[in-house]
Amino acid sequence: MTNGPAADGPAAYGLALEDAALDGNAIGGLLIEIFGTEMTTATGTCGTCGTVSQVAELAVYLRGLDTVVRCRGCDSALMVFVPVRGITCVDLQGLISLTTS
Amino acid sequence: MTRDFPVLSAGPTPRTALANWTFSITGGREPKSWTWQEFRALPAETLTTDIHCVTSWSKLDTSWQGVSLDVLLAAVEYEAQYVLAFCDGGYTTNMPVADLTGGRAWVAFGYDGGPLGPEHGGPARLLVPHLYFWKSAKWVRGLRLRDTDEPGFWENYGYHMYGDPWREQRYAGD
Amino acid sequence: MAGTAVRGRLTWQTATVGSVIDETPTARTLLLDVAGWPGHRGGQHVDIRLTADDGYQAERAYSIASAPGEPLAITVERLEDGEVSPYLTQEARAGDEFEVRGPIGGYFVWQPAFGGPLLLLAGGSGIVPLRAILRYRGLIGSSVPVRLLYSSRRLQDVIYRAELDHAGDGVEVIHALTRSQPAGWTGYARRVDDQMLAEVAWPAADKPLAYACGPTSFVETVAAGLVRLGYPPVRVRTERFGATGQ
Repeated sequence: MTNGPAADGPAAYGLALEDAALDGNAIGGLLIEIFGTEMTTATGTCGTCGTVSQVAELAVYLRGLDTVVRCRGCDSALMVFVPVRGITCVDLQGLISLTTS
Repeated sequence: MTRDFPVLSAGPTPRTALANWTFSITGGREPKSWTWQEFRALPAETLTTDIHCVTSWSKLDTSWQGVSLDVLLAAVEYEAQYVLAFCDGGYTTNMPVADLTGGRAWVAFGYDGGPLGPEHGGPARLLVPHLYFWKSAKWVRGLRLRDTDEPGFWENYGYHMYGDPWREQRYAGD
Repeated sequence: MAGTAVRGRLTWQTATVGSVIDETPTARTLLLDVAGWPGHRGGQHVDIRLTADDGYQAERAYSIASAPGEPLAITVERLEDGEVSPYLTQEARAGDEFEVRGPIGGYFVWQPAFGGPLLLLAGGSGIVPLRAILRYRGLIGSSVPVRLLYSSRRLQDVIYRAELDHAGDGVEVIHALTRSQPAGWTGYARRVDDQMLAEVAWPAADKPLAYACGPTSFVETVAAGLVRLGYPPVRVRTERFGATGQ
């Protein structure tokens, strides 16, 4: 992926910039660091609405150093990663399951 | 769309219609709530201040319009020492009540001469410039007065309970 | 032990810029030398990390522009207020070093076993991983039919234009220029919409596989449009780019 304005920005497609969440592909490296294996093809089940998604397809919000991964069905936070002084706090409580293929 | 300061969001932008918007203070002797019209009828101030983001970025001389928390809290009888601010989208953040009073905090509805856009926390956000900017909760809908200081969303993960930029209190233990 | 890639371990390695190629006024390809590079698949990306003199670090992800077996290359588009892209597109030169980790990604990849026909949809710099997939397809001599719909602002913003003009047998490239078009342009002159998708996409009955890459809004527009055309969501793979940097 490339963090570029790309030829057609979100405004051109009628979506406000702030709704432009990325997807699980964007945190592929972080996930390997945390889980020790490729996770974008892993399947997660939302504990709130039951939607099943591949991690690559979840909505990812990059907030400085922190990352919030949300269900596309109900916007619940499924995974939250907060690095504090070199140790990352990992919260997966929003998921009812996370299965690697 | 203003790009004056970066939009770092933890979730999708809530879009609450003004007709459905309320600001509430609970945990006092009696709960108190304002509709958007009632809120905008309160005396408001214009202020210019610096804001400090935890990602080492600061923006100087930002201009806001808002209602002072002194005005809002004056409508409630309370003994609590802490608040948990709550927002559309589920975000929460905590602070001592004392940090919201004495002309140091606002519920802001205007930025840079115009209405506060949703991407920057509109229709209204908390503005507490003397603390790190994550305490200035976007899309704020009210305060829960509490006797104890309970961590909000980021504080639960290790962000500092107080967040004083002058003491560089980014993370718990700083 | 040489720097072999242990499955599941991702370490930061030193990348040395080998050479640079200016693709468009705002996009540049950097060929990178990484000792012991384990190889990569088309569609994967790398994380790049720059460290300033004061220790400040910035990390970004960039899609790999080259095919498996080819030297590692990334194509970077310059963001006006970006932290990393201005350095990579304007300052980095042969011999410069920064950190890289990868290859990363197991979802937005294609293998011949996945079949086709392939529908590739690129919004701006979303072309990068799709070009890697196309080059891979060419290198292995696959005959899976491909249609590439590539949306750009103007003709001069089209990355890999000459290469795509000669994409070879079985690859059809359709351009959409959304902001301005050269005189005599007979191609699409608007943003991708349902009508355009209906004209370009393989019929759902052909059981195509779609890969959509670009800014979030582009990806969501095309993905939703393809589902409306009858593509099963599981046959539409998506990769969203950040529309702006910090």
